[in-house]
Amino acid sequence: MFPRHLTRQFSGQLRRFQSTLVIAEHNNETLSPITQNTLTAAKKLGGELTVLVAGTKCGPAAEALAKAEGLSKVLVAESEAFKGFTSENLAALIVATQNQNKYTHIVAGASSLDVIGIKSADTFVRSVYAGNAIQTIQAIDPIKVLSVRGTSFEPATLGAGSAAIEKVPTDGFDTKLTAFVSQELSKSDRPELTSAKVVVSGGRGLKSGDNFKLLYDLADKLNAAVGASRAAVDAGYVPNDLQVGQTGKIVCPDLYIAVGISGAIQHLAGMKDKDLFKAVPEMTQKL
Amino acid sequence: MARVLVGVKRVIDYAVKIRVKPDKTGVVTDGVKHSMNPFDEIAVEEAVRLKEKKIASEIIAVSCGPAQSQEVLRTALAMGVDKGIHVEISGPEYKTLQPLHVSKILAKIAQNEKVDLVIVGKQAIDDDCNQTAQMTAGFLDWSQATFASKIEKGDNDITVTREIDGGLEVIKSKLPAVVSADLRLNEPRYATLPNIMKAKKKPIQKLTPKDLGVDVSPRIKIVSVEEPPTKQPGQIVPDVDTLIAKLKDAGLC
Repeated sequence: MFPRHLTRQFSGQLRRFQSTLVIAEHNNETLSPITQNTLTAAKKLGGELTVLVAGTKCGPAAEALAKAEGLSKVLVAESEAFKGFTSENLAALIVATQNQNKYTHIVAGASSLDVIGIKSADTFVRSVYAGNAIQTIQAIDPIKVLSVRGTSFEPATLGAGSAAIEKVPTDGFDTKLTAFVSQELSKSDRPELTSAKVVVSGGRGLKSGDNFKLLYDLADKLNAAVGASRAAVDAGYVPNDLQVGQTGKIVCPDLYIAVGISGAIQHLAGMKDKDLFKAVPEMTQKL
Repeated sequence: MARVLVGVKRVIDYAVKIRVKPDKTGVVTDGVKHSMNPFDEIAVEEAVRLKEKKIASEIIAVSCGPAQSQEVLRTALAMGVDKGIHVEISGPEYKTLQPLHVSKILAKIAQNEKVDLVIVGKQAIDDDCNQTAQMTAGFLDWSQATFASKIEKGDNDITVTREIDGGLEVIKSKLPAVVSADLRLNEPRYATLPNIMKAKKKPIQKLTPKDLGVDVSPRIKIVSVEEPPTKQPGQIVPDVDTLIAKLKDAGLC
């Protein structure tokens, strides 16, 4: 209908009106890797890119993010109100930022199932039914709020960029609705489950928590993270946060070794007809 | 004593292997076994336990969907819920019903019924959204405690242990509040036959979104629903040496 160059000009103009706010995830000391995956997803939307870092100590994350390429601005909101990153106070801040700057998209990383592909500024791909169906949806609303699945997007490099860091006012965001009390994190020297290149997972077949040591030994040889099936978590062999699956972590490693897990056929091949209590130590020894 | 509202959703049973419709408009639901969303069973169980501990005075269960949603309400009633509210939404509007619509409905009912606590499952296993609790809290301007694995009630607040990446977190939320139940909050009970019979006499109120003043017109268009890409069949190796050799060839270890 229109000459091609006109159409292109038109869509170029539309693109310029897009602006995206990315909510950074960090722990007041380091930037969470998922933010880098989120940046890649946000870039696919086109338009200007701003990142918001909120917390009690935002320096390290903000400085790391300022080096990301293609960012126009890093907004920093440092306040005691954001202790424990309670949703109520963060939401108030995000809404205020949105009201001021009128973004077309607000994006964050998700640890649960969310957007796995971006087809255009309003058309997104997500997985439903525990990954057994892939749904493409078109969002009608003018402002799109989306969370992206980290494992579906490459991490953006934090290199040559030099975005300006700008402090934003933080008064009035303490809703006092929810207070952070304490945190109990599982300590581990192994790579983080969601970003590990190799994952060794154990299931009910391990029979006890003690037997998970076999997997830890194998994981150490492979520099792998250790995961678990719901059965192993429910039986108390390992803590909840190791659970992989629909209600646990979504992992996407290069190599996933499933031991004593009934679920899929492609589990540790060769172990099918062999006792895993012999095969796992044998593998550990030979690696 | 607190009044508690629980949200329950009728979904395809978790054990069913779903099939995508050939015309890519959705998944096959006709003649497929449905049941209460597993996370909602946990939400109902927690509400009933609060009542057993004399913390809750009355429990109301809400389900939004077609006529068959009443089945899951009956299940909730058989587990110990006092009263059901069925918000009937069917046909094309049900296909594009989203957490946004449901949370507006829940928020409205929470206000009408003067509840102190809303408990929902952390996500529905069909759309896998994980949004309804958060949005409901947002609409009500109440505090939210998501992915709860333990709830303790104080005088005017609740202390909730949450499952987070890397471990557990404890927060204190002011009442009224919205809580979403994680898998390990409790082990839901089975409805016994006598209780199933008794549940038939408990009231289910029927409402429409219009009665509540909630607009359920679509905010998304479903472009397509497809099968995930199929994986290449694997192979079975005879021993550990072959396994390691193959992994090394592929540069995986």
